[in-house]
Amino acid sequence: MGISLVNKLSDSDLKKIESHIFAHQGVPGALMPLLHAVQDDIGYVPEEIYPQISQALALSVAEVHGFVTFYHHFRTHPVGKHVLQVCRAESCQAMGSEKLESEIKAKLGIDYHQTTMDGEVTLLPVYCLGNCACSPAVMMDDEVYGRVDAQAVADLVSEVSNG
Amino acid sequence: MAKVKVFVPRDSTALSLGANRTAVAIQAEAEKRGIDIELIRNGSRGVFWLEPMVEVETDKGRIAYAPVKPIDVAGLFDADFLNGGEHALNLGLTAEIPYLKNQQRLTFARVGITDPVSLEDYLAHDGYKGLTNALAMTQEDIVKAVTDSGLRGRGGAAFPTGIKWNTVLGAKGEQKYIVCNADEGDSGTYSDRMVMEDDPFVLIEGMTIAGIAVGATQGYIYLRSEYPHALHILNEAIAKAVAANYLGDDVCGSGQAFHLEVRRAAGAYVCGEETSLLESLEGKRGLVRFKPPLPAIEGLFGKPTVVNNVISLATIPIILDKGAQYYADYGMGRSRGTLPIQLAGNIKQGGLVELAFGVTLRELLYDYGGGSASGRPIRAVQVGGPLGAYLPESQFDTPVDYESFAKLWAVLGHGGIVAFDDTVDMAKMARYAFEFCSIESCGKCTPCRIGATRGVEVMDKIKSGKDHAKNIQVLRDLSDTMLNGSLCALGGMTPYPVISALNHFGEDFGLNVSIDKKLNEKEGVA
Ligand code: FES
Repeated sequence: MGISLVNKLSDSDLKKIESHIFAHQGVPGALMPLLHAVQDDIGYVPEEIYPQISQALALSVAEVHGFVTFYHHFRTHPVGKHVLQVCRAESCQAMGSEKLESEIKAKLGIDYHQTTMDGEVTLLPVYCLGNCACSPAVMMDDEVYGRVDAQAVADLVSEVSNG
Repeated sequence: MAKVKVFVPRDSTALSLGANRTAVAIQAEAEKRGIDIELIRNGSRGVFWLEPMVEVETDKGRIAYAPVKPIDVAGLFDADFLNGGEHALNLGLTAEIPYLKNQQRLTFARVGITDPVSLEDYLAHDGYKGLTNALAMTQEDIVKAVTDSGLRGRGGAAFPTGIKWNTVLGAKGEQKYIVCNADEGDSGTYSDRMVMEDDPFVLIEGMTIAGIAVGATQGYIYLRSEYPHALHILNEAIAKAVAANYLGDDVCGSGQAFHLEVRRAAGAYVCGEETSLLESLEGKRGLVRFKPPLPAIEGLFGKPTVVNNVISLATIPIILDKGAQYYADYGMGRSRGTLPIQLAGNIKQGGLVELAFGVTLRELLYDYGGGSASGRPIRAVQVGGPLGAYLPESQFDTPVDYESFAKLWAVLGHGGIVAFDDTVDMAKMARYAFEFCSIESCGKCTPCRIGATRGVEVMDKIKSGKDHAKNIQVLRDLSDTMLNGSLCALGGMTPYPVISALNHFGEDFGLNVSIDKKLNEKEGVA
């Protein structure tokens, strides 16, 4: 279930990407910071820019592809307006995160790596947010929330969806 | 009249419990009442079960009110909390709270007290004293001080930090690097995050001292992508250090250069392994390298490189400030100094507890932790992250000490302790250990790549009861192969949680423990 968002790079996206590539030329180990800059800016790393990147950084397209797929953080498709990460690691498990996960999935009507029908929230698993003193924890965009239950997460979702 | 200073933490965990809303409410209420306050966003003291903890500076010292929700704020003003007034949430002097008072905070001396991004505050609380001393010493003497302090890598491997530095110092090379491993991915750990968010200058100072000691002019902090607040705070602190000449081409007028940059990781657990981390920093997939060569000889971009964890580097300033002996006087056996321990999981009073090595698990879990959060008995703890062993109640009197843990076939790792109550299914936790390994394996070596997936399958068979005895044996054999055949700790240590769970909690694996327990114990590891 969930909505599938189409990759459509606008001209302004392409301009942004170009300027990031330009800015990272000559930086040692540039690939990682470059991909972060791209994803921060347009939300994902479009596969169609691999040739450009590989040329600028003197890598093969296969190397760029291998790099992107190796790291969980990078994604090659757009996500919803907000990203909700649910911690699945041990400390949160000790505080009932498994039940929380299934409740959140049921409430949103989606599984991990899917986006709600209204395009608002993409659900991702995460392995520790460093908030283990207050498990279970979730992260909405860049903010962590501790000692949450399904209701708290639902409130959070409606808060960002309306905001 | 001077404005009253009110402190509300900006640490992620405090924020995760609503510290921002509390701060906004206090500011608004003060304005409404026409009272001028100075609101300081300090780090967290690490007493996380009491966050958001608000402090007020008084003649007698800082007084804590906790936990403070927006709804409590008006009442606090009514109770004259700005002068330390009585209130149900008044905990008295912060420094006298037993949880804090009984700690031995060396690495975390400033954490929670200062404004993390104020260089003035850092300097006013003994900041940069270590660097000042280091700049008056020879490189050899700095390295010797680190060696003599007995400091061992706090990231998990526990390798003596001074010996690493000495190798890099002795290595020839125009360019050398200091790399800080801030890819803190272990469940149950957050001490790196706290240092970076709550006292970033101490890490910057530690890395600068390292650079000067071994002759490295460039440092990188490889920071996990799950820590956006740490990223911003570090960058802000680095900019201030550069502006004040604590970083740059001529550190404090010494003629020595040291530059520092934060690089974000991208969510690969294996990049916490130092050679994989270096690959990643070079812009490659984080595949583990064969050793030798050691990173100290051929590290980042093939150059001599010190790779140290956040806590190790953040401990350097106090060693150089107070002397090697001061630090070495804490601890037991070959575990010198203190360990910032993190209480997590099903624990009533979760938080950061820095103590000299030697404190027992039981003291940590009950005297500090207050037992489980659920109120049920604590059945197991996992120490040292997802690759750490599970310990049963019968081992809770073990002291926190690298060698004592090794004797039990357990590890201290990064000092994270995750508690589980008696509702835990340990066979499920063993299965999860394999699952985690299969998700995070870099794929370079077969025992880890294939073993993890096979492990999940075997656990499913064991749980279904099919060919039970045979599959328990398969589980042991598989663990043995991973333990001995994997290239790095990810595959090589996944058997720790698995086999410790099997040995100590056999009943969850469908074993008849009364008969099997002795057998298992005799068999030991695998
Ligand atoms: S295990 Fe969930 S925040 Fe650390």
